[in-house]
Amino acid sequence: MTHTHKRIIINRIVMSLSSLSALIGMGFLFWILGVLIYNGVDALNWNIFLNEGAPPGHEDGGLKHALIGQLYIVGVATLAGVPLGVLAGTYLSEYGQKSKLAETIRDISDIMMSAPSIVIGAFVYAVVVMPMGHFSGWAGSIALTIIMLPIILRTTDDMLHLVPSTLREAAFALGAPKYKVIIQVVYRGAKAGILTGVLLGIARVAGETAPLLFTSFNDNFLNTNMNESMASLTVTMFNYATSPYEDWQKLGWAAAFILSMFILSLNIVGRLFLLKKKGR
Amino acid sequence: MSIFLDKLFAHSTKFIAITILFIVAWIFTVLVEHSMESIHAFGFDFLTTDIWAPNLEKFGALPAIYGSVVSTFLAMILAIPLAIGVAIFLSELAPARLKTPVGVSIELLAAIPSVIYGMWGLFYFVPIIRDAFGGVGISMLTAGIILSIMILPFMAAVTRDAMNTTPDILKESAYALGGTKWDVIKDVIIPYAKAGIIGSVILALGRAIGETMAVTFVMGNVHKISLDLTMPATSIPVALANEFTEADGDLYYSSLFELSLILLVISFAIISVAKFYFLRRKRD
Repeated sequence: MTHTHKRIIINRIVMSLSSLSALIGMGFLFWILGVLIYNGVDALNWNIFLNEGAPPGHEDGGLKHALIGQLYIVGVATLAGVPLGVLAGTYLSEYGQKSKLAETIRDISDIMMSAPSIVIGAFVYAVVVMPMGHFSGWAGSIALTIIMLPIILRTTDDMLHLVPSTLREAAFALGAPKYKVIIQVVYRGAKAGILTGVLLGIARVAGETAPLLFTSFNDNFLNTNMNESMASLTVTMFNYATSPYEDWQKLGWAAAFILSMFILSLNIVGRLFLLKKKGR
Repeated sequence: MSIFLDKLFAHSTKFIAITILFIVAWIFTVLVEHSMESIHAFGFDFLTTDIWAPNLEKFGALPAIYGSVVSTFLAMILAIPLAIGVAIFLSELAPARLKTPVGVSIELLAAIPSVIYGMWGLFYFVPIIRDAFGGVGISMLTAGIILSIMILPFMAAVTRDAMNTTPDILKESAYALGGTKWDVIKDVIIPYAKAGIIGSVILALGRAIGETMAVTFVMGNVHKISLDLTMPATSIPVALANEFTEADGDLYYSSLFELSLILLVISFAIISVAKFYFLRRKRD
């Protein structure tokens, strides 16, 4: 066997192994997706959106309490996290730029983006739940805000950085003060990118379970008072799935399906925004 | 007026940006503060004691640390070859019309919340492990496997991105010399993207060690060190998820806070190494 032959054979072996691992990887992932759709669609019905939690054994239990709780908790986190994150990102890109302070904030945010979310839950438990004396929707929202902040901050920073400096200079030349340049020129130029960052940030915190376990806790009934413990889709899913009752497990699958579809659509819409921008 | 608004805008954005640093510092101080009771009671023995007995008020973190290390290690051994294979496939092998759909679906799967991986693991994987190895199926091994599947899309996506940074001109030169794809990968792409690939893998490791929901379903939360991988075990996040709402007694709470502190310090260290040593941000 010549050297060339050997190289070609080795090449074929490695390429087959690589294709095989891609196939195995994709196989597992489609297995999960398949299971999710199969069980989710099977468990879906109108009662899920109309009814609250029921004791095991009742056929007509629903997820209304968890859906609305989730909306409240993630909604408040978004209302707090998005403006704060965008403004902080604005500082990094437009004022701080390459200063030591800005670089430190970037580094710390990068780390926080991958830091274990359950630790954020423990922190919020210590500073919000313990002083209040009870679990609350607010505590859950605060935990999610802390998780969301670095994500929005870093994407805003990156997206504003992509706006060409000639645009800023043109606006400055017209005599506009800096804050006007940023709000009327830079934000407009980076609109699609910031929106994508916001959507991905919401998608990320909507799937968080660990930081909610001991902040917003759970509730089997509809509650719209953020001062009390509140159901969320993720924690409800966890409790139902680990329960021994078949009808609860079924509701768990329905929750898993609704949540995944929500998160996947946010991701797809976010990507489309970016694509559309690139296409222009 | 506009000078005032200008200053106001500049200062308020700066203030909010600095708040991030403040929050991170606050997280560390609060965790340290709440761990104090446990630190005073057990000192360094906390890290080396393998007894976790809430009823006796004796707490040692060794079983949880052991479980975190072993389950993450298992996950990494299983996921690294698969992720690199997928990354090679996506960056070099796949025909153009497969590259985007497969790449995007991998990225979308990375976005699926880990609680869903955990739930899938509980209902579909636990029975397989039970039938194959006996026992209850809820075990360290199951946790390692589920963790590897959960981390795979993320690891594959970032590794592919690292490989894609290799300039085409380098690859083309190697092909022009008669190199096979494998020659190009091993002699051009891997040397060029080495730092990026290692960084991606370490970053995935940093995520895996703090991952809670994917493993909480399938690990069992048993504070006992067992060399048998098919036995139930625990890890730091699993213990936290299971016990935080049930803890009674200050020392119990304090020990759980010390566990969180240990987890935060470990992940901070791992992620910093990945980000700053291997994946230094490049910006024009």
